[in-house]
Amino acid sequence: MTAIRISGAGVRLGGRTILSDIDLEIGAGELTAVLGPNGAGKSTLMRAILGLVPLAAGSIEVLGRSPVAARRRIGYLPQRQTLQRSLPIRGIDLVRLGLDGTRWGLPIPLTARARARRHAEAERALQAIEVVGATSYAERPFGEVSGGEQQRLLIAQALVGDPEILILDEPLDGLDLPSQAALAALLRSVCDRRGMTALLVAHDVNPLLGYLDRAVYLGGGHALAGTVDEVITAPKLSALYGAPIDVLRSADGRLVVVGAPEAPHHHGGRHGTP
Amino acid sequence: MNPTLSPNPLTDLNTLLQFPFMVNALEAGTIVAVTASVIGWYMVLRRQAFAGHTLSVMAFPGATGAALIGLPTSLGYYLACGAAALAMGRTSIPRSRSRVGETAAIGTVQTVGLAAGFLFLSLNHQVLGGPETLLFGTFLGINTGQVSALLVVALVTLAAVAIVARPLLISSIDPEAARARGVPVVLLDGIFLLLLGLAVAATSQITGALLVFALLVAPPAAAQRMTLRPGPGLVLSIALALGIVWIGLAAAYFSPYPPGFYMTSLGFALYLVVSLTRRARR
Repeated sequence: MTAIRISGAGVRLGGRTILSDIDLEIGAGELTAVLGPNGAGKSTLMRAILGLVPLAAGSIEVLGRSPVAARRRIGYLPQRQTLQRSLPIRGIDLVRLGLDGTRWGLPIPLTARARARRHAEAERALQAIEVVGATSYAERPFGEVSGGEQQRLLIAQALVGDPEILILDEPLDGLDLPSQAALAALLRSVCDRRGMTALLVAHDVNPLLGYLDRAVYLGGGHALAGTVDEVITAPKLSALYGAPIDVLRSADGRLVVVGAPEAPHHHGGRHGTP
Repeated sequence: MNPTLSPNPLTDLNTLLQFPFMVNALEAGTIVAVTASVIGWYMVLRRQAFAGHTLSVMAFPGATGAALIGLPTSLGYYLACGAAALAMGRTSIPRSRSRVGETAAIGTVQTVGLAAGFLFLSLNHQVLGGPETLLFGTFLGINTGQVSALLVVALVTLAAVAIVARPLLISSIDPEAARARGVPVVLLDGIFLLLLGLAVAATSQITGALLVFALLVAPPAAAQRMTLRPGPGLVLSIALALGIVWIGLAAAYFSPYPPGFYMTSLGFALYLVVSLTRRARR
């Protein structure tokens, strides 16, 4: 079964072509990494799947519907800099907003049924926090826990509504290596247990090796898809960029992409190396 | 007009309430405290204090302009703040994902507003109370009509906040995730600015245009340092604002100094104490 089907999709933003001719199929229950250098359009592709940016060409189908219609069945964690990190709010309240944050009116339960529902929602929030292993610090101010802990709470917020698809934009960014490995393992187990489809944008494939069903590599506005071993090869990436690219493999199986041109407007070349 | 304080608080309360102008001031102050502390709680969370400040500055040309063309000053407050809020909402919409362009646009509007207010004032020398009253507040001359108008504005504002409470909270915290969930973030940004404009216009009538922050920022900021929970935080913010208004008005009544001074000092003291105790506890 296909969870996300992208055919011939193109995105133009501010007169620049960000993505063109993207063809992808993501199967239900798969854990897929979206890789590529800075400025390759990884976040833009995620936003297109959510229906947050318009397509200039082609189409995207999510769970058999339009992206906007499917939005409520997707849990989304945006790239981290969009959130103020010193919020005066507890982690548990933040997770809770993932469940009832879109509801109008005051959260004052007047009927027994409303009370029961609020109680059930509080339970679900606690469960989601337990799944990501954040129970011990969920009551602390969000701004005072570590980056990895914040990331787990935000993943709990994306998970709490029981989404069929989880889209995480750079969830490993800014975390130390042990936290990256722990988070990758966590995502794999959540996907397996819930039969959930997960798409995660990553800079570096190495912390995810061994957990992925497939990889999508974006470069030069186009996309390659397949297993990690199929996609991250010298001939495939050279063809994608139209320039010679080397893929090196270290003794412990880590992959290093060498020679990939970066998009003009990015800062810093962190790509490929761990 | 400086009654002396008696040892019995009940007698003092009686002294306070024997004059209709004082009853009006207390009623208006109570209404304003509740509205300002609720809207202010969101404003502090959204880090839009600069926008709030600009709206309060716009109250000044609103009041002087209205007086110049013979309209009631309070109508001038509402019109100017409402119009400024709409204008600010409009300029910030294309860049609503980042609030980068917003501060520059707001700063420009603010200066023009202050200058216009000064012009209107020089054109019309009969503004009641002079610029001090408009800028630093008064509790004299609030009539029952104004109190009713304040009540209507407050009820509309609070009802609107009650409806958008949670979507506004999530779009204040995490606009991108809120948008992805289908929350109309841009529309809520605009609605919030308009509500902020109304709250500022109402508050200006008690504290004056420049001291609006005594109620709009100090109580919510202190409340957010005392509790992280949104519900109790809002209730606490209201309670602190009410305390500031009631004590400020009473103190002004028994002394020769204006209420704005007392409210601002109380707000500042409150914020200072809360911040210091919080730092000490770490």
